[in-house]
Amino acid sequence: MTHDGDSANFSLRLDGDTGTIHLSGALTIRTVTALRSKLSSVDAGTVRSIDLADVTRLDTAGAWALLDFQKDRSADLGSFTGASAEAESLLRTVENALPKREEPPQQDRSFRAWLDRFGRRVFSGVMFMRALTAYLGIFLHRLARAVRHPSEFKLTSLVHHCEEVGLKAVPIVALMAFLIGVVLAFQGSTQLRQFGAEVFVVDLIAISVLRELGILLTAIIVAGRTASAFTAAIGSMKMREEIDAMRTLGLDPGMNLFVPRILALLIMLPILGLIANIAGLFGGALMSWIDLGISPAMFTTRLVEGTAVSHVFVGLLKAPVFAMIIGVVGCHAGMQVQSNAESLGRMTSNAVVTAIFAVIVADAVFSIFFARIGI
Amino acid sequence: MTEREVVIRLRGIRNQFGRQVVHEDLDLDVYRGEIIGVVGGSGTGKSVLLRTIAGLQKPAAGSVDVLGTDVLNADEDTRQKLENRWGVMFQDGALFSSLTVRENVEVPMRAITGLDPQIRSDLADLKISMVGLQYLAGDKYPSELSGGMRKRAGLARALALDPDIVFLDEPTAGLDPIGAAAFDELIRDLSHSLGLTVFLVTHDLDTLHATCDRIAVLAERKVLVTGSMADMLEVEHPWVHEYFHGPRARAAVPDKPMKGD
Repeated sequence: MTHDGDSANFSLRLDGDTGTIHLSGALTIRTVTALRSKLSSVDAGTVRSIDLADVTRLDTAGAWALLDFQKDRSADLGSFTGASAEAESLLRTVENALPKREEPPQQDRSFRAWLDRFGRRVFSGVMFMRALTAYLGIFLHRLARAVRHPSEFKLTSLVHHCEEVGLKAVPIVALMAFLIGVVLAFQGSTQLRQFGAEVFVVDLIAISVLRELGILLTAIIVAGRTASAFTAAIGSMKMREEIDAMRTLGLDPGMNLFVPRILALLIMLPILGLIANIAGLFGGALMSWIDLGISPAMFTTRLVEGTAVSHVFVGLLKAPVFAMIIGVVGCHAGMQVQSNAESLGRMTSNAVVTAIFAVIVADAVFSIFFARIGI
Repeated sequence: MTEREVVIRLRGIRNQFGRQVVHEDLDLDVYRGEIIGVVGGSGTGKSVLLRTIAGLQKPAAGSVDVLGTDVLNADEDTRQKLENRWGVMFQDGALFSSLTVRENVEVPMRAITGLDPQIRSDLADLKISMVGLQYLAGDKYPSELSGGMRKRAGLARALALDPDIVFLDEPTAGLDPIGAAAFDELIRDLSHSLGLTVFLVTHDLDTLHATCDRIAVLAERKVLVTGSMADMLEVEHPWVHEYFHGPRARAAVPDKPMKGD
């Protein structure tokens, strides 16, 4: 039996007198499409039996096509003749295995079902907020406990996470803020030059960097870097049942995993924000000097005279809140990972999207708040 | 008895990772239609051997001949043809996670030109049913299936093109005894009715006993001995003796088979 030579050919001949279909050649997955179409063109009433004596090769696809044909013509069709022992056995196996079609449960498309799904979505959204609040509560509770029982607190872990989320993020945060300063100076100068008000570019840079952009963009970068890292680390521990193992050993995941991570963020994000502010002002000053000829000395004087120090505080005040959001979202998403790799990937990207979104919403709330109280 | 056709012929295989030599001068013949079980201690390279035959691991020396094709030196087209004639089931099924079970089984069939999509989907349903899965399992994603169901789905994909040979890597590992016994029976049934040659790597003595026509023992970097279960019980080599006469073996092989069986 050669495999390649005969694989593409078969032939079908209908003997009108005896009502027998003579098949010969290979009835395989390669010929099944043609076999089906030829069989379907045979007139149903004339067929009495199917002769397989000259079939050189039969596989499950061919057997399926034959059985399917037989099933359609049911009563007046006799069995197959001339089949070899193997073909006989294969036909029997396939016949026993023929799948019974079952209808998948129908999706209800009515308005009521839509309303039901909508309600469930809203409810799960509310439950998500509730779960995040619960995680914030766990963090604060364990933090308070760590203050009362300092021996349970993992200082090494905290220092490690400070390095991971803080120190290692300095280059990217500083570069980002520097470039933002450059862009602001450049864009501001082209606009303000039309009014001959180039010198106000200093105020533009100072206020926007110190009050909004420095801390907001830092938080976004940290959310991308750190929320995903938290989710991946905690999630993979959850996947390998390490979290369950910790619980059975009397180690609290809140104390051992959440507190060092979120606390590290709480400490490091304001520092990163400050670094971003400095780098942003430096970038702005450099660009103003090159593009507008505002000397660094003049930039400094203008900065100190024209910009209230409250802008710096308004900016840095947001940092701990952003840190808390990023940390809680990251840890919560990590704990939602199930025992498969797909859920780890899904939760990691969910954590980043949620953290960035929440940071921006919080920033908007802060803006309204500060505008109302007039700072 | 007529001379049986050799479908896999290994000669002088040498596999090594760095300085660690896993196989040295390893020879093995597998005959058409048989179920051969490869056993061996941890680290004796059972899975490496399977990967070598399937062309996933290039040996440092030796020749691999499958269905008359030299796997190591075949050109792209010949290899492609050969790959359509064997199927591999990996330990956890190795299903594509972004596809449903039905789509997974259809993947190998997409290589067949001119195959009608409706027929392809019907054939996939047939294969899913042949490995003992429910019709509706075809619509599920691998992550929604249990370990045993994933293995069955993996087997359905391996059988998609009616291969001559299937390779099974630890087919019953991680299954409960009932699921494992059902899987053994499935392998046996399919091998008989489809005329499959089955090459399986296992640790499971019950599987060896229930399914395999022949057993090959890997030890001392080569195939130490091949033969039926009865032959294995006669072997003097300490590891083989321990393996087939240990407490677990006695449970799997309750009665010592008669000689010449």
